[in-house]
Amino acid sequence: MSPTTTTQRRSTGWVGVLVGLFLAAAMVLLVAPTGAHAASTAPDTPGADQEETDYYFGGVITFDDEAVPDVTIGIEGGGFEAETITGADGRWRLYVPEKDTYTLVIDESTLPEGVIVDPELLPDGMVPVSGATASFEVEFGLTGSKIVNLFLGEGVRQTTSFIDQLASRLVNGLNFGLLLALAAMGAALIFGTTGLSNFAHGEMVTWGALVAMVVSTMWQLPLWVGLISAVLAGAALGLASDAALWRPLRRRGLGVVQLMIVSIGLSLALRYTFQYLIGGSTRQLPGASPTPIQFGPITLSYIDLISMGVSIVVIIAVAYFLLGTRIGKATRAISDNPQLAAASGINVDRVVRIVWILAGTLAALSGVLWAYFRPGVRWDMGTQMLLLIFAAITLGGLGTAFGALLGALIVGIVVETSTLWIPSDLKYAGALVVLILILLVRPQGLLGRKERLG
Amino acid sequence: MDWGAILGNTLSYLLSPVTIAYALAATGLAVHFGFAGLLNFGMAGFMALGGYGYAISVLSFNLPWWMGMIVGLLLAALFAVLLGVPTLRLRADYLAIVTIAAAEIIRLLFTTQVFDEWTNSADGLGNYHGGFRDANPFPDGEYGFGPWTFNQDGLWVRVFGLFLLALAIFVVWSLMRSPWGRVLKGIREDEDAVRALGKNVFAYKMQALVVGGMIGAMGGIVYVLPSAVVPSSYTTSLTFFLWTILLLGGASTIFGPSLGAVLFWMVMALLGNLLPQLAAEGILPMSDIQAGTLRYILVGVSLMLLVIFRPQGILGDKREMTFVK
Repeated sequence: MSPTTTTQRRSTGWVGVLVGLFLAAAMVLLVAPTGAHAASTAPDTPGADQEETDYYFGGVITFDDEAVPDVTIGIEGGGFEAETITGADGRWRLYVPEKDTYTLVIDESTLPEGVIVDPELLPDGMVPVSGATASFEVEFGLTGSKIVNLFLGEGVRQTTSFIDQLASRLVNGLNFGLLLALAAMGAALIFGTTGLSNFAHGEMVTWGALVAMVVSTMWQLPLWVGLISAVLAGAALGLASDAALWRPLRRRGLGVVQLMIVSIGLSLALRYTFQYLIGGSTRQLPGASPTPIQFGPITLSYIDLISMGVSIVVIIAVAYFLLGTRIGKATRAISDNPQLAAASGINVDRVVRIVWILAGTLAALSGVLWAYFRPGVRWDMGTQMLLLIFAAITLGGLGTAFGALLGALIVGIVVETSTLWIPSDLKYAGALVVLILILLVRPQGLLGRKERLG
Repeated sequence: MDWGAILGNTLSYLLSPVTIAYALAATGLAVHFGFAGLLNFGMAGFMALGGYGYAISVLSFNLPWWMGMIVGLLLAALFAVLLGVPTLRLRADYLAIVTIAAAEIIRLLFTTQVFDEWTNSADGLGNYHGGFRDANPFPDGEYGFGPWTFNQDGLWVRVFGLFLLALAIFVVWSLMRSPWGRVLKGIREDEDAVRALGKNVFAYKMQALVVGGMIGAMGGIVYVLPSAVVPSSYTTSLTFFLWTILLLGGASTIFGPSLGAVLFWMVMALLGNLLPQLAAEGILPMSDIQAGTLRYILVGVSLMLLVIFRPQGILGDKREMTFVK
């Protein structure tokens, strides 16, 4: 025992230093540049303060037929963000990288007192973002430029407060965390019973979404048929991969590292088979963009509500399975000590097969829900989720299903709320940084036990 | 069917900068996994740091090309230390998960708009070749014969890449026959036994991670020498292809990674040229885009078959078991 304790003690010192280093690095990396690109004075000609592209929005801001100078106006969307200031003639121009829909944001604190953008006089193709008076959805027409002239008028300002934004992100994060938990719990059960870090789990997620898409969008069958086929196909993939691959390999006595690399090969093979089947484009499931419903500051669609409901019901069912049924107890016994479990008469192969079927089903369901959340079905969508699944099961403590649930909720909420502080194209990086930080402080994960560290 | 073009294209990969770059990165991976038993799934991150370190030093900080390359190597060494400190004391699969996550963080940091000023985000960087090409000792002209015909720049990139590869192979060979290398192999086989002999296992693993990572970064530099650095090259697929190459050639061998890289790229080039043509002529019942995807499916399948049936690779020795844990 004594060598381990000294290591532990020594590592606490390291941890303190490293956490400090990481935080310092994060501050330098994430805070400094955002401050740097905020313009302070108006450019000589509109748009001269930015990098020129083929596409831009431009216009004049006027109040009572007079140009309004020094208004800060910004644009964001698709991970892009830029900001400029209107010149003495009230003119501004913002270049964007792609012909896409963007959100135009006027900084109301730089407008004259008591004045807002007049919602009655908005140009075509411009829609106010609900609940705010200074944010607008804008899109291009047929050309690469769009003129957006804004007329100001007297009015009461409405802004989304920080708390409201936070609440909205938290609910989104909860939704994402719950659907991530479905996939992560399956992966954690597989890890617990067989010791395999399944790199092909992301493809099991894609598989569910892909089957639902093929059945309901390409074959035009009703959505419920698509959903049921997706879940059944998920179970079938789980069963097939255990029967055809993992069980024979366990019989051969392959080590866990070998199994892990086999799963990488399987992941590559499945991923490119999906691309072979449906091509490289993104396709939507039926009813993918429903009308949102407003709950105070929180905007949700009925799909979000159903998604959260389904996730919660399924998670409770899995919890009951693990805690209340004989097979569930056997599963936990095998995770604890496979030899002892086998010796006490548990049929390990049978339980592992059931775990694979369960994991396949959960992953497929998670894939369908994720296809609505993202939104869209793509051949490599599961790969994007794989690392978040790993983050979730490592955070919670490798191999425990409830740890994976907790880890998934944390990852989901971190991913969604982090966009309040960091640019949205870095949101997945945020979750992975949290993973590394938690490993530094508590390597066994939140619910894990120390002896699992080996 | 144009057999001449297919054959020429395939043979040209014997000496292409991509092959040399992959051979270097796989050699680095051999130090990590083959000799030290470290599960590094973040080689793409080391390569990205090498490539971007070089390109950004040249473009944004106006450093000479050779200093840019040294910056790339130092960044990779720093990355290895940052990764190693929290994970090398933990079980092997923690290193796997942390390295793959860290490589994704690196890729996302190079992709984001936030650092656009330096990285040019998703479009990547180009036009950093001036200094390197000015240092070219070969006069202008055509060199080589048949499928291996290059202009002076192509020749210089290949000669430089082969020089780095030879250097890396020599360093790995001499390290692995030194006492240091024997301790490393001992750690791979039985960590506790080595610890019982009074060796500082953590320090050895860390040194191996740094050495392999720097060789990987050399691969990243050679990879970007001919044209441009684009962040989308550094996905996890790149790492997985490197693993396929490593296990194909032989993980704990000196020349295995290079042999694996040559075979991998020649087979990929052959299939990439042959399959779409077969599809276009109606011999394969699929579109030529599908035929182009087929070779990646085969990569996955061959990775599985290799690990199951010949884990020691082509050049490996079965007695030197790589997969002990």
